[in-house]
Amino acid sequence: MSVRPIPPTSALTQPYWDAARRDQLTLQLCGQCGHRPFPPRATCPSCGASSLSWSPVSGRATVYSYTIAHRPPHPAFAAQLPLVVAIVELEEGPRMVTNIVGCDPAEVEVGMAVEVTSEPIDDTDMVLPVFTPSHETG
Amino acid sequence: MSLRGVAAVIGLAEREPQRYTEDETNLDLLSGVAVDALADAGIDRSEVDGLLVHPIGGLPSFVPATVAEFIGLRPRFAELVDLGGATGAGMVWRAAAAIGAGMCTTCLCLTGTRRRRRPASSVTSEGGPAPIARGPGSKPPTRDRSPQAEFDAPYGMVGANVGYALLANRYAYEYGLTDAQRAKVAVDQRRNANANPAAFFHDQPLTIDDVLGSDVICEPLRMLEIVMPAAGAAALVVTAADRVADAAQRPAWLLGAGESVTHSSLAQAPGLGETGVGIAARAAFSAAGVYPEDIGLASLYDCYTIMVMLTLEEAGFCKRGEAGAFVESHDLTFSGDFPLNTHGGQLSFGQPGVAGGMSHVTEAVRQIQGRGGDRQVADVELAYAHGNGGIIAEQVGLVFGADR
Repeated sequence: MSVRPIPPTSALTQPYWDAARRDQLTLQLCGQCGHRPFPPRATCPSCGASSLSWSPVSGRATVYSYTIAHRPPHPAFAAQLPLVVAIVELEEGPRMVTNIVGCDPAEVEVGMAVEVTSEPIDDTDMVLPVFTPSHETG
Repeated sequence: MSLRGVAAVIGLAEREPQRYTEDETNLDLLSGVAVDALADAGIDRSEVDGLLVHPIGGLPSFVPATVAEFIGLRPRFAELVDLGGATGAGMVWRAAAAIGAGMCTTCLCLTGTRRRRRPASSVTSEGGPAPIARGPGSKPPTRDRSPQAEFDAPYGMVGANVGYALLANRYAYEYGLTDAQRAKVAVDQRRNANANPAAFFHDQPLTIDDVLGSDVICEPLRMLEIVMPAAGAAALVVTAADRVADAAQRPAWLLGAGESVTHSSLAQAPGLGETGVGIAARAAFSAAGVYPEDIGLASLYDCYTIMVMLTLEEAGFCKRGEAGAFVESHDLTFSGDFPLNTHGGQLSFGQPGVAGGMSHVTEAVRQIQGRGGDRQVADVELAYAHGNGGIIAEQVGLVFGADR
C-alpha cells in the first residue's frame, strides 16, 4: 500500500525530523538577526548569516488558509479523503504546510487557533508534525 | 537599456491543444511549430540566430543544442527558460533583450509538450517521495530532493489544485468572493472559445450553473474552473526593429516587460497585495509608459478562475478586493467592455504545458495584428499579456503595442 510521500531528509534538516520524533517542533534560529527560517536553510534568508542554531517553538499557530481535498492530490491520499491541507502561521512567524486533523473538516476556518501534534508516517520511523484545533479555544 | 520598441513579434504558430499525442516526440512538435511560425513571419530559417526553449521531458540537459540541431539552426544566442507557466512570456523579453544587446537579430521562442495516455498508478510506483508537479513545464518524475518534496508533499501539497484552492480561500477570507463570481470568469471565457476554432472546448457552451454543478475537487475549486492538461505547441518569432519591415505580418511591438520570482512553496509566498503579479505588471506598465486603463485586451494567465481574478487586481485593472464585483459588472467577452482572454483562456483553450502560458502571448499578438478572426476585438492598440508559474511563484508581464 502506498503511504504518504516520505520526506527526503538531508543532514541539514535531520534535527527537525529528530525533534519531530520526540513530538517536538524545532526550527532554526538565526544568531545574528533572530529570524526563524523555515524550511531549514544553510544560510539565513533574512540576513545571510551562517550561524543558524536549532530551538523548539511553541507549536501554537493559526490557520492562514486551508482547503478540503475531495480528490486525492496524490494517490497515497486516496483513503484519507476528505483531506484538510492547510498553511498555518506559527506564533513565532513562519508559515508551513500541514494537515489539520482531529476535527470535522467542516469546522476548519481561516484564523482558527491550532496546535502541533504528531502523526507517524506508515512503514517508517518518521513522525510528521500536523496540527489540531487548540484545546484552549475548543 | 529600455526594451521599448527594440523588437517586435512578427510571426507565430500554434498547434491546437489535444488531450493526448500518440507517436510524436517533443522535438517533433517543437520543430513543426517552429517551421510554421517562420512561414507565418515570411522569413527564412537561415535568418534565425536566437533560440529560446524550456525544460523538456526526456532531455535532461543540452536542450537548446538538441533542439537547434533537430530544427537545423546555428544560433548565436541560445538559452533555457524555466519559469513554469510564465516561461512563454519570459521568453519574449529575453529575446528582445538579446536583440537589444546585439547578441542576435531574430529569435525563435519555442514551447510545447506531448502528452501520453498512461495509468494513474504509475505516478507513485515505489511509494517514494512524490514528484512535485509544479504545473506546466515540470520535468518527469525523478527523486525530488527539493524543500517542497520534504516539507509540502508529505501533507498532500502536490500538484497545483491544492495550492490554488488555498489561495482562493485566503482571498475569500480577506476580501470576500463567491463561487458564482469565479464561475463568471470561466463562462465569459468559454463564450470567447466558442468563437475560436482552435480552442479545445470550441463546440461546448458553458453556463454558471454548469460550473457550480461540477465536482468540487479542492474546496472551493470545482472541476470546470480548473485548467485541462493537453498536448500542443506554440512558437513566436521575435525580430529586431530594423528587420520588421521585411516581415509578412504586421508587428506586435514589445513596449514593456516586468518579471518577478517570489517563492517556490506557497507557504513562503508574500501576502495578497504584495505578490509578484503586481511587481511584474507594474514594471511592465512603467517600462511601456502606459496604464492598465489604456489596455484594449487583457490576456491573463488562467490556470484557475482565482488566478485571473487575482491578476485583475494585482495588475491594477481593478481595485484591491474588488475582482469579484469587477467580473460581475463587466462583459469579459471579445465583444464586451473588458475583453479578457479572447482565445478562451487556457480554461477553454486547453493547457499544453508551458505552451498554455504562451497562448496568452500569441493571443495578444494576434489581436494587435488584427488576426483575431471571429473574435477580433475592435481597434486593439495596446494589449497586456501575463504569465504565471508554479503556485503564483513566477510572474512575467508584457505590454504589446500596434505602434512602436
